[in-house]
Amino acid sequence: MADVIKTATRDAYGKALVELAGKNDKLIVLDADLAAATKTGMFKKEYPDRFYDCGIAEANMMGVAAGLSTAGFTVFASSFAMFAAGRAFEQVRNTIGYPHLNVKIGATHAGISVGEDGASHQCCEDIGLMRTIPGMTILNPADDVEARLAVFAAAEHDGPVYMRFGRLAVPRVFDENYKFEIGKGAYLAKGTDVTIIATGLLVERAIAAVELLKAEGISASLINMATIKPIDRDIILDAVKTTGCLVTAEEHNVIGGLGSAVAEVVAETCPAPVLRVGVEDTFGKSGPALELLEIFGLNAQNIAEKAKAAIALKK
Amino acid sequence: MDKAEKKQLRLTALRVRKGIIEGTYNAKSGHPGGSLSIAEILTYLYFKEMNVDPKDPQKADRDRFVLSKGHAAPALYATLAERGFFPVEDLKTLRKSDSYLQGHPNMNYVPGVDMSTGSLGQGISAACGMALASKIEGDKFRVYTVLGDGEIEEGQVWEACMFAAAKKLDTLTVIVDNNNLQIDGTVEEVNSPYPIPEKFAAFGFNVIEIDGHCFDCIEDAVNQAKACKGKPTAIIMKTIKGKDVSYMENQVGWHGAAPKLEQYEQAMAELDAKIAAVEAE
Repeated sequence: MADVIKTATRDAYGKALVELAGKNDKLIVLDADLAAATKTGMFKKEYPDRFYDCGIAEANMMGVAAGLSTAGFTVFASSFAMFAAGRAFEQVRNTIGYPHLNVKIGATHAGISVGEDGASHQCCEDIGLMRTIPGMTILNPADDVEARLAVFAAAEHDGPVYMRFGRLAVPRVFDENYKFEIGKGAYLAKGTDVTIIATGLLVERAIAAVELLKAEGISASLINMATIKPIDRDIILDAVKTTGCLVTAEEHNVIGGLGSAVAEVVAETCPAPVLRVGVEDTFGKSGPALELLEIFGLNAQNIAEKAKAAIALKK
Repeated sequence: MDKAEKKQLRLTALRVRKGIIEGTYNAKSGHPGGSLSIAEILTYLYFKEMNVDPKDPQKADRDRFVLSKGHAAPALYATLAERGFFPVEDLKTLRKSDSYLQGHPNMNYVPGVDMSTGSLGQGISAACGMALASKIEGDKFRVYTVLGDGEIEEGQVWEACMFAAAKKLDTLTVIVDNNNLQIDGTVEEVNSPYPIPEKFAAFGFNVIEIDGHCFDCIEDAVNQAKACKGKPTAIIMKTIKGKDVSYMENQVGWHGAAPKLEQYEQAMAELDAKIAAVEAE
């Protein structure tokens, strides 16, 4: 494992903004006193005239982003997921979502892998909140390669985008040939017994789960679902058709996130077992991120167990 | 401004008031009281001050207006209609299910509306973003936003004020409609925001206090705001909720209630009489 590159998706966010600024002179980046942590500090250093710190006032920041966007700017507003999606939910809903403005929300420190700061800062509700806003696009990249491309795609997209990034350095999954498209899931493995649909840092863990299952003679498909909304219905239906049962895996409450989005599609179109790996409707707690991921069952073993349970539920 | 110009503005404000009554009467709902209190400021901004073009509502260098107290949409719609952004006749469709005139303003439906508002405290932040955009582009346009005196109880308003002063947004003019009433009673009774001028001054604003129904006062205040460099301006205007409709004036019950037929007829008759009186001057 020594040769595996590990980078936090928030680092990719900061770097991608710097890259983007060279191509888009209408790019503005806002932050709420967290530039060092969200990594917009990289942008601030290179482009100080296009960076505005709004201070610890996320509600106002979202409105400022909206106002800037009406004058033709592409605005990236950054904070922790807890404050971007949680504290400022209604501002995002009414002043960005309702008028469908061209604001990109860069939400870092999502999920329990925030680690030692504990439950007050571990946001496992943000996908659920953002998913209920009509017209909102939600991107949850798995590694730094995908995060960079997701930022570029968000900048090109006309309308609001919620991008979810992590604090923890995670292993690189994709190589330089990887293509990213909003709204498209992608098979990383094709099997016949079960399909795992994973997002964010669970993708790398799902790859390991596929190997665990293979060792037991179980053939699993794996889909990387980087776009949570609009959800790729076609690939979900294909997965049900080819394997007959699904397991979702995400660093989010099992209520409201990827698991819910997938279950909704399956229930309405081609009923089949869908089991969800995620934070089991509980708050997080302090501890090293990697330990917490084990404690909360966000690991390959649990995905593999759920996969076997899903297979057992098949008629 | 000369007498003839002021007379025209006074007549326009009265027609805006008629539009407010027309809209809320036909909708059988809406917020006439706090709409009637801002007829002069809207009339002044749209007919005398702001660089806007009804034929090109989206032109890039236009001055911006954000109705942060979005429930006063009937006043904004009536003003925009008078100014030629859309037919005055359409005011009768206010709040109907097939109308573009939503209960609170939607920037994507209504020509001339620069920001969707309605959830209190949020419009001023968007106005700050617009003023920042103006500053980035070399003070390309000015931004005006009207807030209610009850609205400033929202914490976000003060986040926005801190931001506006910190970023030296001198193209921004924040106007507070101090009609002294909110849904649950007088603003003092509910959760007093007083003293208002001192609060804005403490947040770093250039503060001007005026009578919000006096066009000379409004003109003087707006010109002072334009002359002030390095800080945003707050115009705190004393107004009468329900202004120019006798039975609505200073009555808290007319915050969010529509006139019935007899009340509608009385209001229109009163406004017509005022128009006739001004015309006869």
